[in-house]
Amino acid sequence: MSQQPSSGIGKVIFSSSLGTLIEWYDFYIFGSLATIISTQFFPEEQGTAALLSTLAIFAAGFIVRPFGALVFGRLGDLIGRKYTFLLTLVLMGGSTFLIGVIPGYKSIGVWAPILVLVLRLVQGLALGGEYGGAATYVAEHAPVGRRGFFTSWIQTTATLGLFLSLGVILITKSSMTDEAFKSEWGGWRYPFWASILLVGVSIYIRLKMHESPLFSKLKKEGKTSANPLKESFVHKGNLKMVLIALFGAVMGQGVIWYTGQFYAQSFLETKVMLDFEQSRTVILWAIAFATPFFVFFGWLSDKVGRKWIMMLGMLLGILTYRPIYQSFLDETNVATLLTSTEVASTEAPVVKEVAIPESENIVRTTTTPTSLVNGFFYKEVTVDTVFADASIAPVRASQNFIEKRLPQSTYWYFILLVFVQILYVTMVYGPIAAFLVELFPTKIRYTSMSLPYHIGNGVFGGLVPFIATLITTFKGATPLSGLWYPIGVAAVCLVIGSIYLTNKIDEDVMD
Amino acid sequence: MGPAAILFLIWQAYEKVGLANAKVAEALTEAAKEAAKGVALNTFLQWAIIIAVFVPIAFGFVIFGKYALQGEYDHLPESSKEIEDGV
Repeated sequence: MSQQPSSGIGKVIFSSSLGTLIEWYDFYIFGSLATIISTQFFPEEQGTAALLSTLAIFAAGFIVRPFGALVFGRLGDLIGRKYTFLLTLVLMGGSTFLIGVIPGYKSIGVWAPILVLVLRLVQGLALGGEYGGAATYVAEHAPVGRRGFFTSWIQTTATLGLFLSLGVILITKSSMTDEAFKSEWGGWRYPFWASILLVGVSIYIRLKMHESPLFSKLKKEGKTSANPLKESFVHKGNLKMVLIALFGAVMGQGVIWYTGQFYAQSFLETKVMLDFEQSRTVILWAIAFATPFFVFFGWLSDKVGRKWIMMLGMLLGILTYRPIYQSFLDETNVATLLTSTEVASTEAPVVKEVAIPESENIVRTTTTPTSLVNGFFYKEVTVDTVFADASIAPVRASQNFIEKRLPQSTYWYFILLVFVQILYVTMVYGPIAAFLVELFPTKIRYTSMSLPYHIGNGVFGGLVPFIATLITTFKGATPLSGLWYPIGVAAVCLVIGSIYLTNKIDEDVMD
Repeated sequence: MGPAAILFLIWQAYEKVGLANAKVAEALTEAAKEAAKGVALNTFLQWAIIIAVFVPIAFGFVIFGKYALQGEYDHLPESSKEIEDGV
């Protein structure tokens, strides 16, 4: 397809990308505000509510997305790309806004978590249908030899959606007190409400779009698929391609993506114990610097082929994840820092004592904020059991260093380490839309490419934080043990992809 | 690897759900027992979801392995017609 004038393709990319960006924003604000959402809608002490919380987190991210891919993929191959991804946008925007207006558990009881769960499921379904539509739509407009470059703009939206959601949350949070932000009708709801405006604009723009020229042509010729699901997954020729797309490319891409952008943040927050703001701004800066590389690698894939760029991204992740994450731990190890740096100041400790029931002993928690000469700051939290009998020395239950703040040089070093990981993301993710589009025929493309994409990203990728954390709870595990999951999955994918995928670019996606 | 993955998942689920249930039995007070029950239920649910999602994928992996061994991927189709002819 080379008939699309460059201004036309610019409009196509802009209107497709804007909607996809907003869908990612909607999806991520739920995850980024998960802690507040759980206290507002899923109080821990309530068994049913906690159960629904697990369902909301798991079901939406890991089960519903592939179903959304099937439902909307089928629709996209039956009625067209334009109306299908218009529908996913309305569903996503509407459900996001509605999550923001549901009263908390205190006001409406168990209805609050039930409604949130239902809306979260709708979000997952909509996201499952959106990406395949946008990627297919842009690719089917793109001129020959530039498909990787044009679809890479769609690829930037997932990362920019995360950037936008983190940015909006940080701005909202910094403009009010902590109490105002966390209250039942507080500032945490504003990012949800903002969604309705963004979606309104995007719907207006998308309504003006035309149907994909390739799909229109098929429709005119009466060659659209009567049953895209059956054709995609029952017909052996197509099923073969769906399987190789999943196990030879998307599975590895998914784990590289979620490790670089989500596990990195979770690791900085829960294992390194960086403070709330720094753990997020490190990611924000890294994303800002790395995002142009999606387009670069998309462009490069038009010149040198898609396969080896994606395989190189996986290989680099496999080889360097452990040294990178070890570095996060080494640079913030307080015991090591204290051997090389002097303490600049120590604030008065905050002591909290709680009586142990049915005993005269107490649990004493001492929090001591400390700054080092090099600018490093941390809070030392010790928990001791203090016995009523003064002749028995207190027993130390735990000692932790929390809310660490990095000095400038280490802060930028961390940004570099996260940037490197997101660079791998750009290598595996930049070319993948063009790669998937070229793998499947037009009449079943939306269905066929959506399912492996959402299994690879939703299941293999989406489970990275959960499985990696689970592995660290195994006997003998270290904080780095969780990395074996993404490394293992990427290694299997690298071997399969290197052996079985072709590096040849399919010039003609009309067939 | 597909069958090994399925067995590993089932073994892990059995072990982790068992551990969570053991904690319910070990809980000394009623309050601790209730809390441990909630955790056990959540652990069961999490593993049920993981198995429901990953076992079909592992079956897909088995089918992929079968096709690969049969040489189905020695030449990848270069047109839709080739895919459709691939029965």
